[in-house]
Amino acid sequence: MHKILIVGEHDGKTLNPATAKCVTCAKLIADAEITIAVFGADTTAVASQAAAVAGVKTVVRIDRPENEHPLAAVFAPQLAALAADYSHVFGPSTSFGKDLMPRAAGLLGVAQVSDLMAVEGPFKFRRPIYAGNAIITVETDPAAKVLATVRVASFEAQAGGGSANILSKSLDVALPTHTRYVGAKSGSTDRPDLQTASRVISGGRALGSAENFKLLFSLADKLGAAVGASRAAVDAGYAANEMQVGQTGKIISPEVYFAFGISGAIQHLTGIKDARTIIAINKDAEAPIFEVADIGLVGDLFQIVPEFEKLVAK
Amino acid sequence: MKKIMVCIKRVVDYNVRVRVKPDGSGVLLDGVKMSVNPFDEIALEEALRIKERGAAIEVLAVSIGVSDAQQQLRTALAMGADRAILVQTDAPVEPLTAARTFLALAKKENPDLVFLGKQAIDDDANQTGQMLAALWERPQATYASKVEIADGKATVTREVDAGLETIEVDLPAVITVDLRLNEPRYVKLPDIMKAKKKPLDVTSLDSLGVSARVLLKTVKTEPPAQRQKGVIVKDVAELVDALKKKGLL
Repeated sequence: MHKILIVGEHDGKTLNPATAKCVTCAKLIADAEITIAVFGADTTAVASQAAAVAGVKTVVRIDRPENEHPLAAVFAPQLAALAADYSHVFGPSTSFGKDLMPRAAGLLGVAQVSDLMAVEGPFKFRRPIYAGNAIITVETDPAAKVLATVRVASFEAQAGGGSANILSKSLDVALPTHTRYVGAKSGSTDRPDLQTASRVISGGRALGSAENFKLLFSLADKLGAAVGASRAAVDAGYAANEMQVGQTGKIISPEVYFAFGISGAIQHLTGIKDARTIIAINKDAEAPIFEVADIGLVGDLFQIVPEFEKLVAK
Repeated sequence: MKKIMVCIKRVVDYNVRVRVKPDGSGVLLDGVKMSVNPFDEIALEEALRIKERGAAIEVLAVSIGVSDAQQQLRTALAMGADRAILVQTDAPVEPLTAARTFLALAKKENPDLVFLGKQAIDDDANQTGQMLAALWERPQATYASKVEIADGKATVTREVDAGLETIEVDLPAVITVDLRLNEPRYVKLPDIMKAKKKPLDVTSLDSLGVSARVLLKTVKTEPPAQRQKGVIVKDVAELVDALKKKGLL
């Protein structure tokens, strides 16, 4: 039997769907017994959400005041202590998991499999390198603990309906005080979350200004879509950093992805290649985005977006 | 602050389209242009700006890798680093090995701050900075888009999935940098000439007491699955029809 520990990601109120995707990944390992750990100041709500994820046997709550904010330096020693009872430790390949998991790996002195995208066996996995231009199969040492970040775009979220046992654990671990949370600024919107939305509308540099991005926001609201942006659009200041889709931004897998005025640089395509359907709108018929698009339309987005919005509103 | 250490990796230049070897044993690297990992360039730029503001005295650039990685350290010296150290090895260096090596250097050099790129664009591992911070038992501030240094502390704004997060860390600390922290300077010819006279020491993993043990065995390298090229529609009405046919509207 493989005992798999998954680090639950949450904001104190809601369990991030990335967690249920990690469970789907863990279930691909034969004979897996899955535990989700939630760290927080008060994890009552998120622990019960984690317990409802199908296929999870146990949810472990590690509540202490120091865990109010997800600081890797604070969580990692607790995770490393908790990991002693498990053969595998998985976390999501989100900014939270990418910050935390290697710190825990360092404390445990084990290697980490980053961006795990496919399970070939309990100690054999596939992951992308070179911005997804190559896929490698790696084998970990079966005698060592397996630590991995799970590429969430590669797995569907596990359904609900589970009823795991919830238990609280107190870990006798000294925590550092050298790292302190100051604050956060989120571009909070009522729109769906970019990473989990089933429809995403993205804009590129061709939008020309932050003002023009409002065209896409308006269309997105009609479609119930999240809004993303290419790196060029973010670098130009047209869109916020958290909207960036691509190798160094968010890697997403929506049902449908609309690329408006995005040429399709490799680093952007890396972020969208798991989208079920890609729609490209670009005035340059030679743009590389058309090589990967399921449906392409060559034309001026400033005419196409309003016309499209009118037709879908009907 | 006395010293900032910046970790530099020699990688395939970001403009090169990497191809997989037909036998699946790796990627083709013969004759391919090599450069400083772009994120590490941003890390170095930030260190140099801190020094130029008068907030640090020395910037030390370090790297691990083949003898030719001296070229990338010379680039770092030309950008403005004062001194460089190459830990020379022909062995593949995993993130944990890199972190152990940088730890050994940090213990020797006692930097107040260690800067790294958030990831290297070859293995895309995104681990070394965090592992170093863990082994060094010091704070980490990853994905930095703004760094302020004052009173023995760094206040770092981080790019996270939800937006921006700010944390405060005591020095010494490890900071890994994101794209939008700064725009690295271009190297000018006189600086390249000057860099040739700056000290570049070469040492080995052995002399630092680090072994390059391989923990993750790569058994196969493949090209990614390709998406099929789709259809081109002629206008918005056709686009809407096509979307409806796929059940997407």
